[in-house]
Amino acid sequence: MSSEISAGVPAAMKAVILGDLRAWFRQPQDLLNPLLFFVLVVMLFPLGVSPEIGFLQQAGAGILWVAALLSVLLSLDHLFRHDFDNGTLEQLVLQPQPLFLLVLAKSLAHWLLTGLPLVLLTPLLAVMVHLDGNSIAILCLTLLIGTPVLSLIGAIGAALTLGLRSAGVLLSLMIIPLYIPVLIFGTGTVMAASEGAPVSGQLALMGAFLVLALTLAPFAAAAALRISLSNG
Amino acid sequence: MWQIFHKLGSPKWFYDIASRLMPWLLWAGAALFLAGIVWGLAFAPQDYLQGNSYRIIFIHVPTAFLAQSVYLMMAAAAVVTLVWRMKLADVFVKSAAPVGAVLTFLALFTGAVWGKPTWGTWWIWDARLTSMLILLFLYFGAIALGNAISDEKSSAKAVAVLVLVGVVNIPIIKYSVEWWNTLHQPATFKLTEKPTMPAEMWVPLLMAVLGLYLLFGWLACLRMQTEILVREGRTRWVRNLVQPGGNA
Repeated sequence: MSSEISAGVPAAMKAVILGDLRAWFRQPQDLLNPLLFFVLVVMLFPLGVSPEIGFLQQAGAGILWVAALLSVLLSLDHLFRHDFDNGTLEQLVLQPQPLFLLVLAKSLAHWLLTGLPLVLLTPLLAVMVHLDGNSIAILCLTLLIGTPVLSLIGAIGAALTLGLRSAGVLLSLMIIPLYIPVLIFGTGTVMAASEGAPVSGQLALMGAFLVLALTLAPFAAAAALRISLSNG
Repeated sequence: MWQIFHKLGSPKWFYDIASRLMPWLLWAGAALFLAGIVWGLAFAPQDYLQGNSYRIIFIHVPTAFLAQSVYLMMAAAAVVTLVWRMKLADVFVKSAAPVGAVLTFLALFTGAVWGKPTWGTWWIWDARLTSMLILLFLYFGAIALGNAISDEKSSAKAVAVLVLVGVVNIPIIKYSVEWWNTLHQPATFKLTEKPTMPAEMWVPLLMAVLGLYLLFGWLACLRMQTEILVREGRTRWVRNLVQPGGNA
């Protein structure tokens, strides 16, 4: 793997992504747990609040978004943890390629393994909370744009809490406030769509979030990684 | 020039300067703040629309103003921590964060108290209120992260990164009342325009805001001095300060 990484930047990023995918597929439990968590959280709402079709139609988009957000949050700890424990992360930092690009690659791998499956699972759950076809399409679209943002921002928190004992709770405390704008616009878009209002403006704003996260978050996460690694 | 810069980074130099500055900050701040509050609460005219209930503005606006300013100051100090590795900047971030959290809480609390008579509800998920609540959690996150990392240097840098990431929330708070059509009224003060209130209302308000700034300066100096004493506990000057004439 080291010979691949010392090649050009695209090759290095590809190697990081493929390496992460392989590592995750060797432990399918890590991949399945966030998805199961997603389904379970959604299931709690009809049982705990109301199984009424009218309520579910209205709250469905929000429920799915919150569940997706929590399940991404749950999986964030794995983003750097394995690499940190077995020392691969230090090798990554020592690579000649810019660290933020490698962090970007790791965030993309994380999204491919958690965000994308969530999006693919969403239509099924959306039908179960009685959303109509148009709303489901818009919901999937917002999740498709929004979940990479969650992975990218989450990478900052995961990098900052690396090696800390109470990392999980701390991560939630730090990252959830930063997730709120994505959540508001994600659910707001679906609400507007279900009322027949135009959604292009909100979708554009979500796209802006994505561009902002893609360009800035890897830098912050890379800086955070260096800090956490110099800790030991 | 470099000498001054170098001195700025020296905890002892700051400790001495702060000691000399603090009485001024305290008395000027307290006088200005109290005068503004008393004038505002007791003598300013009633609002034509909200009657006497508007008077909480004299506490609400200063705390809300400071809550955001303190975060911006922390962000500026975070840049200094990351770029110039200046210890004092981190001392400021750590000392100011709890104060900022308390100010944010006070702003939210007085807002709730004000909301009850004017909007008929304690809380509403309005953009300005929600973004202020996020600010409160950003403060909590920064405090928690700072406490979680024991190594002083990495703690300083990690908190600095987190504070800088959270700074995206400040423009959201600032413009939330203009971007979204929500319940919260637009900003009371603008740099570019004359206040729409009569002078008897905005002059005491401005006095309270400036007074609270000075009081914050005083409190920040006090907390920074304490933090410096803790961090520099092993140095000779601290020993001489704590135990004058003792066998240090």
